[in-house]
Amino acid sequence: MAIRERLSGNEAISYAIKQVNPDVMPAFPITPSTEIPQYVANYIANGEMDTEFIPVESEHSSMSATIGAEAAGARSLTATSSCGLALMWEELYVAASNRLPLALCLVNRALSGPININCDHSDSMGARDTGFIQIYAENNQEVYDNFVQAYRIAEHKDVMLPIMICQDGFITSHAVENIELLEDDKVKNFVGEYNPENYLLNANQPMAMGPYAVSNYYMETKMAQNTAMNNAKQVILDVGKEFGEMSGREYGFFEEYRLEDADYAMVMIGSAAGATKDAIDKLREQGMKVGLLKLRVFRPFPDEEIAMALKNCKVVAIMDRSECFRGKGGPLGAEVKAAIYDYAKDVKAFNLVYGLGGRDFTVEEAERIFNDLAAYDKDGATFEEYRYVGLRG
Amino acid sequence: MKNTVEIRWHGRGGQGAKSAALMLADAAFMTGKYVQGFPEYGPERMGAPITAYNRISDTQIRVHSNIYDPDYVVVVDETLLESVDVTKGLNPEGAIVINTTKSVDEVKPFLKGYTGGVYTIDARRISEEALGKYFPNSPMLAAIVAISKVMTKEEFFREMESSYRHKFAKKPEVIDGNLKALHMAYEEVE
Repeated sequence: MAIRERLSGNEAISYAIKQVNPDVMPAFPITPSTEIPQYVANYIANGEMDTEFIPVESEHSSMSATIGAEAAGARSLTATSSCGLALMWEELYVAASNRLPLALCLVNRALSGPININCDHSDSMGARDTGFIQIYAENNQEVYDNFVQAYRIAEHKDVMLPIMICQDGFITSHAVENIELLEDDKVKNFVGEYNPENYLLNANQPMAMGPYAVSNYYMETKMAQNTAMNNAKQVILDVGKEFGEMSGREYGFFEEYRLEDADYAMVMIGSAAGATKDAIDKLREQGMKVGLLKLRVFRPFPDEEIAMALKNCKVVAIMDRSECFRGKGGPLGAEVKAAIYDYAKDVKAFNLVYGLGGRDFTVEEAERIFNDLAAYDKDGATFEEYRYVGLRG
Repeated sequence: MKNTVEIRWHGRGGQGAKSAALMLADAAFMTGKYVQGFPEYGPERMGAPITAYNRISDTQIRVHSNIYDPDYVVVVDETLLESVDVTKGLNPEGAIVINTTKSVDEVKPFLKGYTGGVYTIDARRISEEALGKYFPNSPMLAAIVAISKVMTKEEFFREMESSYRHKFAKKPEVIDGNLKALHMAYEEVE
């Protein structure tokens, strides 16, 4: 029987961490960190979990210590946000290339400058090439559910990669909403114990971790990481299905909302999907066939699956919540367009950027975008290839 | 009554507007509702204008944007009337409640012709009388519940008493004062 609660996104993922009770959590406990280490530290101080909490002096150190703990054989995690993730940068690659299935709880916030503390996806999109699995959430429920699934995906023997569980800063992290929690024993049974094959504290099998790799070996390592990332696709689906059997909430690579017969669709990541769903319901009542593809898994990127889901749409708006200064589009736009090029060439796709630095995304904005897509399709109205929406008038 | 009630709070950093919004969300949750309580963050500092929001609904709430057309507005600090457009988008079928010593007629010139309900309440006097200190958020919370009727009086006091007993478990001496402030405020606007 699910437990009815109301929690913020930060509280929700902290509660999941408590239930999973990992071995080690190093974290930098000062801004730009989140409330997550604070809540976990409280649980530990109250004797509700026995994770070893290590307060460190920076995010570079928190990721380093998480890597060290995971390499030793301990199930480990840390949490951060925004420029805290930026300071971890070189260590993110170390975690992934050493095939350490640690977890990183990320609260997505803008990077400076100008200085801004609010939501966008600049931090994690910048880290998209580090070799982390990236899973995003629309709301507190999905953040909680995603963390419960995290170690099952990361620690799978065919995967062995670090995982980033992302949620939208403030919009999700600080908003208190209803949530359904699982019982402790259900979570513990689902996640299981971590039994690493190779780890530094195994005295019977001495090993090196993170040694120098000459050119003769480096490239094969990268290929192996990429193979593992591809393997993660099936594992994510299997774990999402099993989670559904336990909780009633099944997860895949993305959610399709009224997409099946849609002429016009949006592709987006995160909390803005809620406003878009409300807009879709309103426009459907007026007879417009509109839908949404809300992407949950960005790494590995489910390119063929996305293209197949969009293949019957006439026009698609790909919504980016970060800028990559390519000149004509954001990272999600580039990757979805590449997928469409490979698998669904007839679909016309535009790339839009929204919500930078916490700029609000409303139901009305979503309606305007759908109406503009229809005007382009039916009346030949112009639609720029790359457009910023929600700018000050 | 429409399905979702939307409330916007205007306060200054340190006055507890965000906490009040979260307490309202909590109490409404306990009565079986779907709720949202969230702040809009700018630079965090004491005294800066802040906004917080509530959505309270019988069905699941999906939208996560700020609230632009609220049904109710709570002004925790009357000095904001001069600098913030507090009635912007406010539903004419709804109401605004302002923490002030002024009368309704005295504050109306600041409300840009708003035609809905206007209530004033002296949260400083209530708070100082009940608690001996100035914490405007409890009286304002009681006032908005009395005006918006998002829950019954009985439900509200039952949930708030339970919430205070939990929240102030280590400071039980302030529970009665806070409850008294709620009762005084509720009865003044009722």
